[in-house]
Amino acid sequence: MNWLLDLTPDEWNAVRLSIKVATVAMIASLPPGILIALLLARGRFWGKTLLNGLVHLPLILPPVVTGYLLLLTFGRRGPAGAFLAEHFGLVFSFRWTGAALACGVMGFPLMVRAIRLSIEAVDRKMEAAAGTLGANPVWVFATITLPLILPGLIAGAILSFAKAMGEFGATITFVSNIPNETQTLPSAIYTFTQVPGGDPGALRLTLISIVISMVALVASEVLARRIGQRMDIE
Amino acid sequence: MTLSVDISHRLGDFAIDANFESAGRLTALFGPSGSGKSTLINLIAGLIRPQKGRIAVDGRVLVDTAAGIFVPMHKRRIGMVFQDARLFPHMSVAGNLRYGRWFTPVAERYASMDAVVELLGIGPLLDRRPAKLSGGEKQRVAVGRALLASPKLLLMDEPLASLDEARKAEILPYIERLRDETKIPIAYVSHSVAEVARLASDVAVLSQGKIAAFGPTEVIMQRLDLLPAEERGEGGAVLDTRVLRHDEAFGMTVLGSPAGEIRVPRLPRPAGAVVRLRIRARDVMIATEQPVGFSALNILPGTIAAVRPGVGPTVEIAIDCNGATVLARITEQSKQSLRLAPGREVFAVIKTVSFDSATTGAALPVEADG
Repeated sequence: MNWLLDLTPDEWNAVRLSIKVATVAMIASLPPGILIALLLARGRFWGKTLLNGLVHLPLILPPVVTGYLLLLTFGRRGPAGAFLAEHFGLVFSFRWTGAALACGVMGFPLMVRAIRLSIEAVDRKMEAAAGTLGANPVWVFATITLPLILPGLIAGAILSFAKAMGEFGATITFVSNIPNETQTLPSAIYTFTQVPGGDPGALRLTLISIVISMVALVASEVLARRIGQRMDIE
Repeated sequence: MTLSVDISHRLGDFAIDANFESAGRLTALFGPSGSGKSTLINLIAGLIRPQKGRIAVDGRVLVDTAAGIFVPMHKRRIGMVFQDARLFPHMSVAGNLRYGRWFTPVAERYASMDAVVELLGIGPLLDRRPAKLSGGEKQRVAVGRALLASPKLLLMDEPLASLDEARKAEILPYIERLRDETKIPIAYVSHSVAEVARLASDVAVLSQGKIAAFGPTEVIMQRLDLLPAEERGEGGAVLDTRVLRHDEAFGMTVLGSPAGEIRVPRLPRPAGAVVRLRIRARDVMIATEQPVGFSALNILPGTIAAVRPGVGPTVEIAIDCNGATVLARITEQSKQSLRLAPGREVFAVIKTVSFDSATTGAALPVEADG
């Protein structure tokens, strides 16, 4: 049974990298995710359908296409990539940050959907009540809306994390498959399946990915239940 | 305090056009559903922006479309109690109560937590979640939450409409205390004659978006023509009386009024307590001579002050009983056969049992809880 637990340093790196990439992708997606969800749930503006379509695009497009588009815009010579590298020193291509970007973009529609649904379920009369008590719109959002959408926020974050853990196509297209830099769990498993004698490694990483996904799912269930109990919404 | 409103606003087919100025302790906005009461109160609170007009509280302009002024709701310092309480589900009762305090400038905080909790009898509820409260408890907490924001005006939008009779009776005494013991002026939306007669100092009657009448409660409650058809039977004289004594042997309370002593079913109020008594016009009989051998206990001598045609085959007769007006609603036939006319001396006769908890305000004593 030892071969199951004895991970090589490269395999450990893939696990650590995947968790780092997924966590960063999830956290970085949250603020824009909330903003876009708010716009889609409450905004009335020209081009709302277009924005909605744009957000959902990564869900429909083949991941390879999304990855290639990212390469074109955020690559070294892409317009956004060159700008960010020059002014902020932020480089995406062939770095783990690029993997996080690809994972974030792929999980974004799932996150926005979950948050948007929970925003639409908020009773706006509660917000009006807070307004009459002296809270300005920012405070109303922070003290009423945000706590009320917390379950949706958690669901969206977990979905985004899970998607990032499993993302393969866009990541490998955008940032390739470089051990210790951009080789996430799925990429590492893929690599193992391509070499002779790689099966034990592939199996080990597969089991690890199952465990991580299950832990994330159970944690989100527990968290959501605890919040539900606290709010006592019957 | 004066609340002055001069607003015109159109919502689809419905137009609201209201102009009144009230300096009362508790001003009722009274009318049937769909008359525009709630729209009016939402305009005052700032939840709706009027198309045209001006609203001011104590000279402080909240809206003036001509001058381009619109104070947003969170800067108005107007407390609001909604029909559906709207307590925040993610906070405890104490958290709900404290919410408005955060946003009140320290120098303007006049409401204290202890005083409000005591006033509303909500001490035992502080640690609970809103979902675990009864309807009546929720409304009391909602009132407390609005009060603790130290508002300059308190708006109450049908706060009792979604409660059953027992819960209403539980809350009414608290609203009376609020009116009498705090200095906050209140605007109170209601479609119930019983609530308005009991609580209001002034009444604005709304009908199809317009102010049909405005005046002191005693005057408006006698204008049966202004009341919605289903509430017309509830209209009548409103007298401020005082408990003189209790007649324990017969289970009655004797109230003193300018019109004379009035006997009502036993009230749980101490001697000396003020009781606002409503005498339904339909419960008042008229006798042209002192009745003899008659079961009714309340016989008030007076002079007919006015005879007005009523709705259908009825007439309304206002009897001046030593300065207090008692209104009687009788048939045209009785009026003619008794030859009732202004100036005639008559007796207003009211059965003791025609008074009930809705007309005597005999709700649970204020100490009762839950």
